[in-house]
Amino acid sequence: MAADPANLAYVRTEEAPLLPPPANEAGVRGWLIKNLFSSPLNSLLTILVGAFLIWLIWDTVKWGLFDAVWTGENREACTGEGVGACWPLIWDKFPQWMYGFYPIDQRWRPNLVFLIGGAALIPMLIPSVGGKLWNAMFLLIFFPLITIILLSGGHVNFLAQTYAAVIALLLLAAVIVPIAAFGLEDGLQRNRPGIILAAAALLVWLGGFLVDTPSISIGFARVNALPFFSMLLAFLAGVVSLKVALADNSGAGRSALKGWALIAGGLLLAMLLLDIDFGLEPVETSQWGGLLVTLVVAVTGIVASLPIGILLALGRRSKMPVVRMFSIVFIEIWRGVPLITVLFMSSVMLPLFLPEGVNFDKLLRALVGVALFSSAYMAEVVRAGLQAIPRGQYEGAQALGLSYWQMMAKIILPQALKISIPNIVGNFISLFKDTTLVSIIGIFDLLGIVQAGLRDANWASAASAPTGYFTVALIFWVFCFGMSRYSMFIERRLATGHKR
Amino acid sequence: MAEPARKLEVGDEVAVQIVGMNKWYGEFHVLRDINLTVYKGERIVVCGPSGSGKSTLIRCINRLEEHQAGKIIVDGIELTNDVKRIDEVRREVGMVFQHFNLFPHLTVLENLTLAPMWVRKMPKAEAEEVAMTYLTRVKIPEQAKKYPGQLSGGQQQRVAIARALCMNPRIMLFDEPTSALDPEMIKEVLDVMVDLAQTGMTMLCVTHEMGFARQVANRVIFMDQGQIIEQNSPVEFFTNPKSDRTKLFLSQILH
Repeated sequence: MAADPANLAYVRTEEAPLLPPPANEAGVRGWLIKNLFSSPLNSLLTILVGAFLIWLIWDTVKWGLFDAVWTGENREACTGEGVGACWPLIWDKFPQWMYGFYPIDQRWRPNLVFLIGGAALIPMLIPSVGGKLWNAMFLLIFFPLITIILLSGGHVNFLAQTYAAVIALLLLAAVIVPIAAFGLEDGLQRNRPGIILAAAALLVWLGGFLVDTPSISIGFARVNALPFFSMLLAFLAGVVSLKVALADNSGAGRSALKGWALIAGGLLLAMLLLDIDFGLEPVETSQWGGLLVTLVVAVTGIVASLPIGILLALGRRSKMPVVRMFSIVFIEIWRGVPLITVLFMSSVMLPLFLPEGVNFDKLLRALVGVALFSSAYMAEVVRAGLQAIPRGQYEGAQALGLSYWQMMAKIILPQALKISIPNIVGNFISLFKDTTLVSIIGIFDLLGIVQAGLRDANWASAASAPTGYFTVALIFWVFCFGMSRYSMFIERRLATGHKR
Repeated sequence: MAEPARKLEVGDEVAVQIVGMNKWYGEFHVLRDINLTVYKGERIVVCGPSGSGKSTLIRCINRLEEHQAGKIIVDGIELTNDVKRIDEVRREVGMVFQHFNLFPHLTVLENLTLAPMWVRKMPKAEAEEVAMTYLTRVKIPEQAKKYPGQLSGGQQQRVAIARALCMNPRIMLFDEPTSALDPEMIKEVLDVMVDLAQTGMTMLCVTHEMGFARQVANRVIFMDQGQIIEQNSPVEFFTNPKSDRTKLFLSQILH
C-alpha cells in the first residue's frame, strides 16, 4: 500500500534542544580517542611510535646534556669513555665557523654587515611597519654595496678602460629606450639609425677579437683601434636613441629616458663608490668563510633568483617567439645540469674561455652560477603559479585597457606569487642548503669550515665529529625552519577573503 | 509592449562597424561574413544557440579575440595588430563577463579604481570618488571595502558593471552577464542593466534573457553557426520571426 502523503505531513512546533557533544568527541579524552587510539591497530602504532620517540629523545638528551663535556682546552677533555657531545670544541671553533679565515682584527666588519642587514630585514619582515618601499630599496641597492665595501674593503681600482666599456655598454643599452617608450614596432621604426649604429658597434667590437689592429694614439693614451671605434659607435648609437626618445612630446619618451638615466647613473655611482679608498684593509674573498659565506651565497641566490625567475617565467609564456625560445633554452639548460657541475664549470672551465688578463673572483663566479641555477628553478615555480590564474583574470585586465606590464604587475603576478609562496620558499630553503656544495670548489662555507676544523689534530676525538655535525645541522635547521614558518605566516596573512 | 525602448534615442553616429568579418579557430570557421553597424545609443541583444559564435563576436569588438578577415572599426578606430590602437579601443569599450572576472586579491573599491588610476592616470582621490558614485548607482556602496569573494554572485556582477563604467566607456559589451547567477539574483543585475540603457549607453548584450530584450533592446540579432541569421526590432523578432532557425530557437527558449 502506498504511503498517504496526508499521513506523512508534519510541522515542527517546538525547537529541538542544543546539546553538548558526547564525551568521546570533545575534551582530552575525546582528542586521545580520536587521534591516537581510534582502532586497535592505531593504538598499537601509537604505542610503538611513542616508545621509539621516547628512546630517541632520551638518547639525544643524554648525549647532548648528561654525558656531554662542557669545559676543556683541547682533545684531552673529550677522549674519555662514554663521552657524549664535546661542547668545548664548539666554544673554541665558533668564531671560525662564523667568519672563516677572516682576519681576527677585522671581524667587526662582518659583524657590522650582520647588524645592518638584520636591522634592515626585521622591519621589512613585519607587515605593520611602514616605509616598505624605502626599506626594500635600502636592502636591495645600498645594503649590497655596503656589504661589498665593508667585507672586501672596497677600493677596487677600476681601470679607465673598464669605465669606458661600462659607459659604452650603457649607451648601447639606451637603444632600447625608444622601444620601451613607444612599443616594439613603433620604437624600432623611429630609432632605425640608432639601431644600425648599435649593430655596427657590436660588429666592430666582435671584429676586434678576430683581427689585430694597430693601436692609435688619442691625446693621452694609446688604445686599440677597433675597440675604440666600437665605443665611438656605441656612444653615437646611444646619443641618437636618446634624442629619438626626447623628440617625442608625449611623456612616454621622457619617462623611459628618466628610467635609463636612473639606472645608468646608479651603476656609475656604484662603480665610483666601489672605487673609493675608504682606508679599509683589503680582505680577499678566499679568506671569507663559515656562516658569512653561506649567507652571502644564499642571500645573493635568493634575492637574484626571484626577479630573474619571474622574468624567465613570463618569457616562457610570452607570445614573442624569440623571447619564448630564449627563456625555454635558458631554463632547460640550467635545470639539466647538476649544481656541482655548474660550480665546477664556473671555477675550472670559465677561466679558460675568458680572455687573458680578465679574471673574476672565484666567489663571484660561484655566486653568479648559483643565482642563475636557482633562477631556472624559480622560473618553473612561478610559471606553475601563472598557469593557475584563470584566463578570465587576463581578460578582465585587458578589457579595462591595462597594458601587459600593468596587467602582470597589478593583477596576475600578485595572485600567481601568492599561490607559489610554498614552492618559492621551498626553493629558497633548498638553495640555502645547496650552498654547502660550494665547499667542493674550495670555498669554505659553514659546512666546509666545520669539516676543516674537525681535521685539527688539537681536537681529534671520537666525540668531535658528531658534535660538529650536530651543531651545523642545528644552525641550518634554525634558518630553514625560520623561513618556513615565516612563509606560513605570510600565506595566512594574504589569504583574507580571497576565496573565489 | 516594449514601448520604453522606443523612447530612447538612437543617434545616426556609428559606434561600431563590422564589415565582412571572418574568424577561424584553426580549421574551424567560427564567424562567417559578419556585417553589422551599431549606432550610438543602440541597445542590441545578440542571441542564438550555444556555439553559434555570439560571444566570440562581441569579444572581437575589444580584441579579446582576433579576427582574420574583414574590418572592425570601433569609435572610428580600426582594430589591427597595432597594440596602441587596441589599447585605445579597450579604453573606450567596457566589458562585463559571464564569470565577473573581478580581481580577487583587491577590494571592491580597488577593483574599481585600478584602471582609472593606471590607464587614465586619474588621481587616487578622484578615482575613489568616481568609484563610489558608480557603486551607489549599482546600489552596493556599503560593500566597497570587502573582497569580491565575500559578495554574492549578483553583487559581484554589479561590481563588475560598475568597474567597467568607471572607465567612462562609450560602448558596453555584456557577455552573458546573468548566465552564471542564481535565479533570484538575475533580476538585480538586469535592473542595473536596464537602468544603464536608460542613460543612452551603447550596449551590445549576449543574453538569453528575452524579457530584457523585449524591454530595452531596439534590435535583436539572432546568430547560428557563426552567421547572423536574422535581425529585427524585438517586437517583430518575437512575434513574427522570419527564418525557420529563429522559429525553432524561439520555440525552444520561450515556453
